[in-house]
Amino acid sequence: MKSTLEIKGLKAAINGTEILHGLNLTVPKGEVHAIMGKNGSGKSTLAKVMAGHPDYEVTGGDVLLDGKTILGLDPDVRAREGLFLAFQYPSEIPGVTIANFMRAALNARRPEGQEVDAVEYYNELYKKMDLLKIDRSFTSRAVNDGFSGGEKKKNEILQMAMLEPKYAVLDETDSGLDIDALKIVSHGVNSLRGPKMGILVITHYQRLLDYIVPDVVHVMVDGRIVKSGPKELALEMEKKGYDWVENLATV
Amino acid sequence: MSEATTLEKPDLKIDQDEGNFSYPEDYAFDAGTGLTEKTIDYICEVKEDPDWVREFRKKALRIFREKPLPTHWASKDLENIHFDDFRYYLSKGAKPKRTWDEVPDDVKRTFERLGIPEKERAFLAGVEAQFDSEAAYSNIKKAVAEQGVIFVGSREGLKEHPEIFRKWFGKVIPTADNKFSALNSAVFSGGSFIYVPKGVKVKHPLQAYFRINAENFGQFERTLIIVDEGAELTYMEGCTAPKFDSVTLHSAVVELVAMKGAKLQYITVQNWSPNVFNLVTKRGLAHEESEIKWIDCNIGSRLTMKYPGVILKGRKARGEVLSIALANNGQHQDTGAKMIHAADETTSNIISKSISIGSGRATYRGLVHIPRHLKGCKNNTECDALLINTESRTDTYPAIVTRGEGNSVQHEASVSKVSAEQIFYMQQRGLSEGQAMSLSVNGFVNELVRQFPMEYSVELKRLIDLEMEGSVG
Ligand SMILES: Nc1ncnc2c1ncn2[C@@H]1O[C@H](COP(=O)(O)OP(=O)(O)O)[C@@H](O)[C@H]1O
Ligand SMILES: [Mg+2]
Repeated sequence: MKSTLEIKGLKAAINGTEILHGLNLTVPKGEVHAIMGKNGSGKSTLAKVMAGHPDYEVTGGDVLLDGKTILGLDPDVRAREGLFLAFQYPSEIPGVTIANFMRAALNARRPEGQEVDAVEYYNELYKKMDLLKIDRSFTSRAVNDGFSGGEKKKNEILQMAMLEPKYAVLDETDSGLDIDALKIVSHGVNSLRGPKMGILVITHYQRLLDYIVPDVVHVMVDGRIVKSGPKELALEMEKKGYDWVENLATV
Repeated sequence: MSEATTLEKPDLKIDQDEGNFSYPEDYAFDAGTGLTEKTIDYICEVKEDPDWVREFRKKALRIFREKPLPTHWASKDLENIHFDDFRYYLSKGAKPKRTWDEVPDDVKRTFERLGIPEKERAFLAGVEAQFDSEAAYSNIKKAVAEQGVIFVGSREGLKEHPEIFRKWFGKVIPTADNKFSALNSAVFSGGSFIYVPKGVKVKHPLQAYFRINAENFGQFERTLIIVDEGAELTYMEGCTAPKFDSVTLHSAVVELVAMKGAKLQYITVQNWSPNVFNLVTKRGLAHEESEIKWIDCNIGSRLTMKYPGVILKGRKARGEVLSIALANNGQHQDTGAKMIHAADETTSNIISKSISIGSGRATYRGLVHIPRHLKGCKNNTECDALLINTESRTDTYPAIVTRGEGNSVQHEASVSKVSAEQIFYMQQRGLSEGQAMSLSVNGFVNELVRQFPMEYSVELKRLIDLEMEGSVG
């Protein structure tokens, strides 16, 4: 069995406009890959298409999780298969507490009648919250409701830590974070790194990659990966700017 | 009887349409289809009604015929009710059994499927289980009966306890209140009669369960509850019916009386199938320093029109309506509350939460009346609506009439939506679409439900989960 998250020649459109024009990318389990790209290059589109957002139409290619296609599966089935997306703009869910939400999400992964044990559950939750320096009072707050930008991003990583996906896509988890929060979130992500998880970090800035050091960096321009390389590529990008790769794209 | 045997599934918990089953009809008494004086005579004969009741019924029939359909009730759908097509009385006998063993098998199995005997053992002070027109089972725990509490059906109430029954029957809700209260007064059968003597605080709830089994049928239970000075009672009612292609009518009248310093809490868990017209009149009369609280949760039905009310007759009386209405695809919940302040320093509180899904429609219709000459009266009204998907609509008609200086009224309303983005977000965490909607709905009603008794909030959550699972295409 393959242990990869594989994107093959993926084409996707929204409202009849093609945004992804045949994108190729493979993230093996145990590695951290980064996608860098300008605003509007299609990074969030890629993330949402993988997660099965109903607004997008896949017009070509495939997405395979451990060798099996996930296109055509409902978003919740993909999630239960082990795909996690930390949203660039997480939704607010009024009235639903973080504690209840996470418990429901965990129970959705278990057979009926084998719900998580309440004591164990809270132990886990508190442990992960401590790791991310999230105050325990947050368990009884409604998911993202009235959260600051930074709190929302921490909450995304908290959920990732609780759900322990096989593959996680982090969409601009660094945006809106001050340097302290960035360090905490990065520490959280780094502590989840390991042979059981593949991570795809999407970012606009190189800064995040100082803290979450990737194994491979991919550069995205206009719905395609135009260049891939080792972590030093991020620095090169920072120095030379996107114009440099855009020229590559048109060659 | 193959139908009945295939329906006998032991796994009650995971049954999606849990109320949606029926047993083949087997009635000893059937008044036939349509409504005439003869229908009433038939009902009176079966029930051995005294003459005054026969006259009361016949007068009500005349009023029913004269009265137009209520026009201020918003829905044209009322015109689709064909009164001549219903059967008005169906029973296996007018006398309820005192033990489950004596209850006919199919009826017993119905209530077992609905978990009634189990709940009775677990936490109830008494149970009445009505199957179509009559209670099949009625029992009160010995210790409660020994305190002088009366808990019987309306038939027994008017016969055995006329001195209390006649004093209040039809006094809180007169026959002519509206077309449906007149209809109920003409053909009423079943429902509860309860009297709690002075100072008696009934610890556990009394429960009535109303089950419709037959097709083309109307159920017209009549409930009268009197809680005497300083006494306390919680009463719960549950309702279900199987899903038929034809229309089913449920039209109850419920009258409550709280004497000085009494406390009465009336809780409804209604889970009607989508072919039921549910047109119910409910009102309480609150004397000095007494408290009447309606907890009213409406799930299911084709059209529900129900506005529980309290007449605050004595100084410092308190009235409360906490309601939740869930209008799923194709359903209309037209619900609300009426608070009629009729004495100084009376207070009322209305909290209404409605959820509309798909083409479902929820309407809040309220009336708060505080006349000029009163002093120190207070009302608080909160109406919150949750819309799930764009077709849904919600209307609020708060109608607050206050005159006079020394009275205060507060009104708040909100409308919120569960967006496709929110559902997607929750699905991304592994919840199915139905679970995601259910979680949002439960989140929306959570704060209110926390004020309900425990057993009831568990039941409600379960019903919401089932309803939301079923609403996903
Ligand atoms: N609803 C939509 N209709 C048409 N185009 C859209 C829509 N949503 C996003 N886009 C376009 O898709 C492109 C990619 O957007 P996005 O994936 O959010 O980029 P990124 O995350 O890299 O900033 C942008 O050009 C954006 O304008
Ligand atoms: Mg983006």
